[in-house]
Amino acid sequence: MTPKRKQRLFLVLFIVVGVGISVGLTLFALSQNINLFYSPTQIAAGEAPQDTRIRAGGMVVEGSIKRDPDSLFVSFEITDYDKTVTVEYVGILPDLFREGQGIVAQGSMNEHGVLDAVEVLAKHDENYMPPEVAEALAKAGKMPMPEGQEFNK
Amino acid sequence: MIIPELGEYALILAFCLSILLATVPLVGATRGNALWMDFARPLSKGMFFFTLVSFLCLGWSFLYNDFSVVYVASNSNTALPWYFRLSAIWGGHEGSLLLWVLILAAWTLAVALKSRNLPQDIVARVLAVMGWIAIGFYLFILFTSSPFERYLPGFPQEGADLNPLLQDFGLIVHPPMLYMGYVGFAVSFAFAIAALLSGRLDAAWARWSRPWTTVAWAFLTLGIALGSWWAYYELGWGGWWFWDPVENASLMPWLVGTALVHSLAVTEKRGVFKSWTVLLAIFAFSLSLLGTFLVRSGVLTSVHAFASDPERGLFILIMLVVVIGGSLLLYAFRAGQMRSESSFGLLSRESLLLVNNVLLVVSCAMVLLGTIYPLIIDALGMGKLSVGPPYFNALFVPLMAIMLVFMGIGMISRWKQTSLKMLAQQLWLPGVAAVLIGMALTWSYSGELAPWVTLGIVLACWVVLTGMRDQYNRLRHRSEKLAGLFKQSRSYYGMQLAHLGVAVLVVGVALVSVYSEQRDLRMQPGDSMTFRDYTFIFEGSKHVEGPNYTSDQGQIKVLYRDEPYAEMYPEKRLYTARGNVMTEAAIDPGFTRDLYVALGEPRENGAWAVRLQYKPYVRWLWLGGLLMTFGGLLAASDPRYRKRLRPAAA
Repeated sequence: MTPKRKQRLFLVLFIVVGVGISVGLTLFALSQNINLFYSPTQIAAGEAPQDTRIRAGGMVVEGSIKRDPDSLFVSFEITDYDKTVTVEYVGILPDLFREGQGIVAQGSMNEHGVLDAVEVLAKHDENYMPPEVAEALAKAGKMPMPEGQEFNK
Repeated sequence: MIIPELGEYALILAFCLSILLATVPLVGATRGNALWMDFARPLSKGMFFFTLVSFLCLGWSFLYNDFSVVYVASNSNTALPWYFRLSAIWGGHEGSLLLWVLILAAWTLAVALKSRNLPQDIVARVLAVMGWIAIGFYLFILFTSSPFERYLPGFPQEGADLNPLLQDFGLIVHPPMLYMGYVGFAVSFAFAIAALLSGRLDAAWARWSRPWTTVAWAFLTLGIALGSWWAYYELGWGGWWFWDPVENASLMPWLVGTALVHSLAVTEKRGVFKSWTVLLAIFAFSLSLLGTFLVRSGVLTSVHAFASDPERGLFILIMLVVVIGGSLLLYAFRAGQMRSESSFGLLSRESLLLVNNVLLVVSCAMVLLGTIYPLIIDALGMGKLSVGPPYFNALFVPLMAIMLVFMGIGMISRWKQTSLKMLAQQLWLPGVAAVLIGMALTWSYSGELAPWVTLGIVLACWVVLTGMRDQYNRLRHRSEKLAGLFKQSRSYYGMQLAHLGVAVLVVGVALVSVYSEQRDLRMQPGDSMTFRDYTFIFEGSKHVEGPNYTSDQGQIKVLYRDEPYAEMYPEKRLYTARGNVMTEAAIDPGFTRDLYVALGEPRENGAWAVRLQYKPYVRWLWLGGLLMTFGGLLAASDPRYRKRLRPAAA
């Protein structure tokens, strides 16, 4: 091999090994950090694992929001109009969190079948529904017709 | 009023001109017909003019509240101040696409005007490629998302209002800057395709393409920094980067664009990496398009996902396939003809810049994987999932750390061949100094040596010190050192400034990520909370009326070491037109720390849920972004990009 070819070989090997390591690490990191989405029906059927970070989404049930007077503890129920799941959360809820609003909660299931949420997401447009929630509702055949849509056709 | 129709007609005319622009000069360039090639410039001007007319028509409809236009009615309101009515033009899907084509036409015009020194056939080809891109977007707007559609006969008397999140200075500046960057890569792309078509890929080509790419990159940097700053103060969470899919969509072209800027430098100076540079130019623009697809098609859960229309998504997807497929096909046919004009050693500035490129591209691939992984899994019907920020942090941070190490070495190294001995001689002092100073700074700030913070500060010092070393090398042999300091080229200062920006950014990221403090608590009037030498006393809330909202305003008195320091007024606003609730955080900005106070929700007896935050060095993030932007603009303004071309054209 000419020295020039040798150099190129080194360069190529360096890149291949580098890319290989990166891909390996990437896939490992990915497998550690994916949060699966479950609908209330799936959770009620016991499909959601305990003690693993999951996402759950649905509509907040009317009249289910209970706030602790002395702390930031709050509990509420989410539903896909088929089954409901209780969510518990300590912290500040997003602006668009309210009854009848579609939300996604991230957290893990505890042994009482309650979702301990570490994060509650409600999107910043009230006509907007998280796609996962929309699909979960559609699956349960309970997609509500949104109101006030006259401007959005 | 026929103004909206006028806008629509102007857009159709611009579309027709874009078809001519895409074909006539290209045919002329292939046949060597100078007359046909000369059509490129006037056609570009015409396309820009009619797009501008169309844009102004939409602006007029917004300014005069023409609610018979669907898009205006959905995104504006008579109670909006005039400047938000104008920026509402790009507050929704249709209008922001119109802004996109306006900027595309503006870049085309800029190329047409600023390319007097380029060979005629190259100009014709570049402008024609811009024309092809424009065709795609005009079709997209005209067929799927026209902003000029009407409600007739019965139209609403009042508009639905602009989303309150967007009623902000951020909306006025962030999207135009970001689009300037996104679309600017279309110019790099057009240069690359033109070079492939003509088969003339040489150092001259790189020199023509370089200033455009650098300017586009600078705008994209600014756009991302502005977006981060906007999210920080407007979303009310005090976060500055969420690894949100749409943020990733802007980061990916930035990463590849950064690689492209560096790879173009090698191609210009040394005539190597040609095919790689072309490939990067294709990818940078393809990723810009992919970003548009991700944002506009609504396939992703994101704060930006305001349009979810499968037809639109499909259109962009087809366009994406055509652009990527077509350009890669062309690349496959032509890449074999490219020849390196020189060779380089294993240890040289060329190979170090290649390492930079590999790291940047790998980071981009990793962000891309994390962003579209949920889409792939969903498309395969394997469930719904999301990829969390830990994935991105775990990979991105180490990759960037390695890159910072190489950044210092790369600056010192020489083209062609660098001896290990020379590097060691030059670098041991900055290296030792960086470790010592970095550790001392970290220790003096926090009284501990937390690993990631120490690493970040040491690496920032390393980048700054190696930069100074390089500066010193350049002055060493000059008799008048101070005068010599001002005699380097603008592109050199641009490089130094941008690298300094990276160091500043790294300091900001390290400190704000690790030493931010946050307290979420329920506060009754009279309650107080102390941390980081600041005492926050909640004094209660009162009702305030704004022009188009009503608001609960909290009063928080802040003491610094028990001395009165400031009053902060965070708000919870209700925008009446849409009934949206918005958190308006109160921020006390500072060079070394921000105090950030936001109201959560009201509780019994005048109490509120309150979020108090201490954000050390958060301003450095955007300061770093600004330095990079100015560095890029300074480098692009280097006179040599204009001077040297004259003799070639004559």
